[in-house]
Amino acid sequence: MSEVSPRRIVIVGAGPAGIRAAAMLVEARLHPIVIDEGHRAGGQIYRRPPAGFVRTPEQLYGSEAAKARALHALFDRLVEQGLLTHCAGSSVIAVHGGRLHVLGESGVQVISYDRLILATGASDRVAPVPGWQNAGVYSLGAAQIGLKAQGVALGRRIVLIGSGPLLTLVGAQLVKAGADVAAVLDTSSWRQQMGGFSGLAARPVVALRGLALRARLGRRYHAGVTLERIEADEHGVVALHWRDAGGRQQQTPCDMVGMGWHLRAETHLADLAGCTFTYDEQWQQWLPKTDEMGRAGNGVYLAGDGVRLLGADGAEVAGRLAAAACLADLGYQPPSAGADLRKLARVERFARGLARAFPWPAAMVRALPDEAIVCRCESVTAAAVREGTDFGGSEANRVKSLSRVGMGRCQGRYCQLAAVELVAAQAGCEPDAVGRFRGQAPVRPAPIGAFLRED
Amino acid sequence: MNTAGRIVRLAERDRAEVQFVLDGLMRSALAGDTVLTAMLASGHALRRSEFGPEPRAGFCLMGACQDCWIWQEEGPRLRACSTPVTEGMRLCTTAPENWP
Repeated sequence: MSEVSPRRIVIVGAGPAGIRAAAMLVEARLHPIVIDEGHRAGGQIYRRPPAGFVRTPEQLYGSEAAKARALHALFDRLVEQGLLTHCAGSSVIAVHGGRLHVLGESGVQVISYDRLILATGASDRVAPVPGWQNAGVYSLGAAQIGLKAQGVALGRRIVLIGSGPLLTLVGAQLVKAGADVAAVLDTSSWRQQMGGFSGLAARPVVALRGLALRARLGRRYHAGVTLERIEADEHGVVALHWRDAGGRQQQTPCDMVGMGWHLRAETHLADLAGCTFTYDEQWQQWLPKTDEMGRAGNGVYLAGDGVRLLGADGAEVAGRLAAAACLADLGYQPPSAGADLRKLARVERFARGLARAFPWPAAMVRALPDEAIVCRCESVTAAAVREGTDFGGSEANRVKSLSRVGMGRCQGRYCQLAAVELVAAQAGCEPDAVGRFRGQAPVRPAPIGAFLRED
Repeated sequence: MNTAGRIVRLAERDRAEVQFVLDGLMRSALAGDTVLTAMLASGHALRRSEFGPEPRAGFCLMGACQDCWIWQEEGPRLRACSTPVTEGMRLCTTAPENWP
């Protein structure tokens, strides 16, 4: 290896993909820099509580405890041995010209890279339900983070709504922990769920585990529901109004609603790094384009849920593949990728089955009443998005500048897909024709003071 | 119920207490709590929406939605879901009076 000059490789994200990528680079005697927003490595699904918490990985991660334990131990060992540099509690807020602007406790620093591996993960894909701006409405991921990282339920009486594996998982975890879960409402019908079956058969054990979790929910679980509105008083949520699969009106008193329709890839940094995007019909969102190893071009590699929504097991494999691609491009001889590529293909068949079984609720979004809030950040209504479309046409960024949808502090992470759906409905086209909001730096709010230097 | 606020503590209850000030009143939380957990153990909201009438209590808890930025008495805001509460912190659910 002596003929290869050491290069600076930066990994963004210390979840399953980032950790596996880092470990493979270390094996090749490279010293990566790993930047992560978490205070402790692990990512979201294997998120670790703060120091001093006592629950075991078995209590926290259930059937996935061994995987979580292995990843945490691996990363901690690499840090202890000084084989990588871990920038914890730090956010990459901009990418430009081979340089990252990194916001940490001491302000913004610039870190340059020769190769960049983005393992930025995903967040909940949410859809507006009238009333969702009220206090006490959270994402499903939030409900899980509250439980895992803080040992709390975010309400006394909980209703979970949406669709996807997280709906069942979070419901079962909350019930097991002793929370009062009043109902778990799935907008996907049994028929739609059966439609994903051929894909789910690619990983029968995982599929059966999901069914076992579902069974724990018992009569709380309802498939094929229609969500009507979240009722609130001046303190926050008081009830969820919905219709069951038979069309009967239902009202469930609650002070917390958790919502999510599967996941949305976190792609802001890939966008700023110049990646090209394509609309994925099955996952119903724009995803950055890579080759099968995760190469996006220009020295950028993508791995994990930030590029394809394969879940934690897929992310571990994709992290190794991205690192292998990076090593090969630098002139190293990485281990053979054949077995990992076959594993990834199987995981992807399963994940695409999930996407079919638990679809994005397009019809519900298209039918939103005019007064419903679409953008939680700035209270932009469905009417404003529809008027923006009538006035300026169906291009996403044009509607954004006319209505301010997607301009708030979350930068469209939680409203973009719904906004695009509304624009498509209003303009009479498909969501992919509307396009996507351009990512803008800084991708996280940053105080002005962080950019000032004393010297 | 085991807190006066929105959240219910289901586990990890055996931690040291931390005292902080919320809107001028002394409150207690547990070491390892985020500011969001600490505030919602004492109340039902973190702040009010700038664009609507409703109170807000956070949304994603993973630093992505930016719903939980709250004020400190001395000025700078912080993101409640990703900041650990510390002894003596002075937090507000509304902007300080001298804010321009």
